[in-house]
Amino acid sequence: MEPLLLALRDPEALLGLKLPQWEVLVNQARRANLLSRVAAGFDRDGLLREVPVAPRAHLLAARALAQAQADAVRREIAAIDRSLAATGAPVVLLKGAAYLLAGLPAARGRLFTDIDILVPRAALAEVEAALMLAGWAGMKTTPYDQRYYRRWMHELPPLKHIARQTVLDVHHAILPLTARLKPDSAKLLAASRTLPGEPRLRVLAPVDMVLHSATHLFCNEDVGNSLRDLVDLDSLLCCFGNKKGFWPALSARAAELDLTRPFYYALRYVQPILNTPVPAQVLRDAEIGRPPSALRGLMDAIFFRTLQPDRAAATDGLASLARGSLYVRAHWLRMPPLLLALHLTSKALRREQ
Amino acid sequence: MIVSELSPEELASRLASPGLRLRTGPVVTRIQSRLTSVVQGVALHYAHYAVEGEGSFADFRVRVASPHSLRRWLKPQVYFHFDGASPFLPLPANQAFAMLEWGLNWCVSNHCHQYLIIHAAAVERSGLALLLPGPPGSGKSTLCAGLASRGWRLLCDELTLLDLATGSVVPLPRPISLKNESIDVIRRFAPEARLNPPVHDTVKGSVAHMKAPEQSVIRGAEPARPRWVVLPRFERGATVSLEQQSRARTFMRLAENAFNYDVHGRRGFELLANLIATSDCFECRFSLLEDAVEALDGLARRT
Repeated sequence: MEPLLLALRDPEALLGLKLPQWEVLVNQARRANLLSRVAAGFDRDGLLREVPVAPRAHLLAARALAQAQADAVRREIAAIDRSLAATGAPVVLLKGAAYLLAGLPAARGRLFTDIDILVPRAALAEVEAALMLAGWAGMKTTPYDQRYYRRWMHELPPLKHIARQTVLDVHHAILPLTARLKPDSAKLLAASRTLPGEPRLRVLAPVDMVLHSATHLFCNEDVGNSLRDLVDLDSLLCCFGNKKGFWPALSARAAELDLTRPFYYALRYVQPILNTPVPAQVLRDAEIGRPPSALRGLMDAIFFRTLQPDRAAATDGLASLARGSLYVRAHWLRMPPLLLALHLTSKALRREQ
Repeated sequence: MIVSELSPEELASRLASPGLRLRTGPVVTRIQSRLTSVVQGVALHYAHYAVEGEGSFADFRVRVASPHSLRRWLKPQVYFHFDGASPFLPLPANQAFAMLEWGLNWCVSNHCHQYLIIHAAAVERSGLALLLPGPPGSGKSTLCAGLASRGWRLLCDELTLLDLATGSVVPLPRPISLKNESIDVIRRFAPEARLNPPVHDTVKGSVAHMKAPEQSVIRGAEPARPRWVVLPRFERGATVSLEQQSRARTFMRLAENAFNYDVHGRRGFELLANLIATSDCFECRFSLLEDAVEALDGLARRT
């Protein structure tokens, strides 16, 4: 098994590794943006001191970086919260920001690229205005990009803070408006939970958090972070899976939100790759989202390749074809064919200029 | 084993594949390249550096290579590859060795957060380190090369690594990057110094690297305690002056020049505060290298 997968499943199994294998591990983990996550795994099990000095230095460095990011994200969330207080809109933290503030194990050693929040679509204009007043400005300034985001996407064009350079994604749904699957944002907002000690900030309900993570992984074109997303999913399932009633609620919620397909894929890949414990009954329930066999065979070929640690061998032609096809697929899922054709043509023409 | 013990053919073949495992201070980098200029640059500049065996741990794996496109016949370019990606835009092929040097700096400054990393040159005398933090154009590398040619031990030219536990400078001796006029200044100042032929029209103008003195490489594992912080200020026509600076101001200059001050939070603050509290801080204005080196030698004599 690849050292990175071993590290994510069972850090203790790595302690017998020879230096060249540690080198492969650090390399794979760094490429997958998972080095600090691997460090957190050793740290949790009290094993960091048993790692040989040379690779340990990398784990300590990655841990310091992740810790600094977590502190920065907390400060940033506080700033967002203050800026939006007057709007009265509920602000639901998504992904890494949510894991961090909810104190979930998924946040341990996780790196951030941006902060994602979900607000009701009706409050979008007011939220955007309040954020602009507080210093967040749109990064996409061409009229086409503006229209693309505002008419078709599930989020505002990404915002960047003019002083702190932090990036904020303001969502009003978890999938584009033009996507085939249509999870109802009102249901997500209605089920969201408050956070202890936070009067305004909210996070998704545990089942919705898992389904959002699955949707993000299997409908997104950002293939570089696929394994990182799978690790999120694994961590959420391990954490919530012990709670009574979680699994039946999860299957039911997938159907209710029109997300049975990403749910199926999530369980299909997370289980064999990261050894996530999933009850047999849940796997049977998830079959409802199973794609036709030919499609499933194709998806297996693609996902098992792209979800493998990115070592030299995985950059062969097939792996890069697999990554390319995921990019195309993500767009295919986001938009009806005609709109997609128009969008890609427009992007291509602009690149020519 | 050290690089100069490899025959030119062995060095070239090892660089081609599986890569040369080169130790520089605490860092081992596996370098791959088939480019003649890189092979020659490594042979010249890294002659005295340790080569690690195949069973060792390489912190970074890098490759400098030309793409297999038709372009290599017309206007050849080189890429710096790291972890399967190319973090920089390609450069003209004649800048291959400089690109390797810049790439190695990037690897360290972006990943080695087990240290507080300051954009500064550092040299040592009697176990005490003199730090020269400064932006490009301040004369930092010129001063560093000058001092390293007159009895000071080179600790580093670009990246000062501070050990978080002890506050000492961990040496990272590597070639000193000289730009534009400073190339000729050093040639006159230290005729014995080994420089590779300058490469012109880089983003930094003309660039040549000066080989790190052999002693600094051999003593590459000996840390040094910070004792002086000198902000260099090259000013055409200025007579040399060494003016004491406020600790607060010098602290800020160090923090501004740190690559990862934000990563270390309070620990970073305390480390720098302690460094400043135990160091004498100066600004060195100079136009003539001889005078500046003499003034800084004076500092060492006073202690």
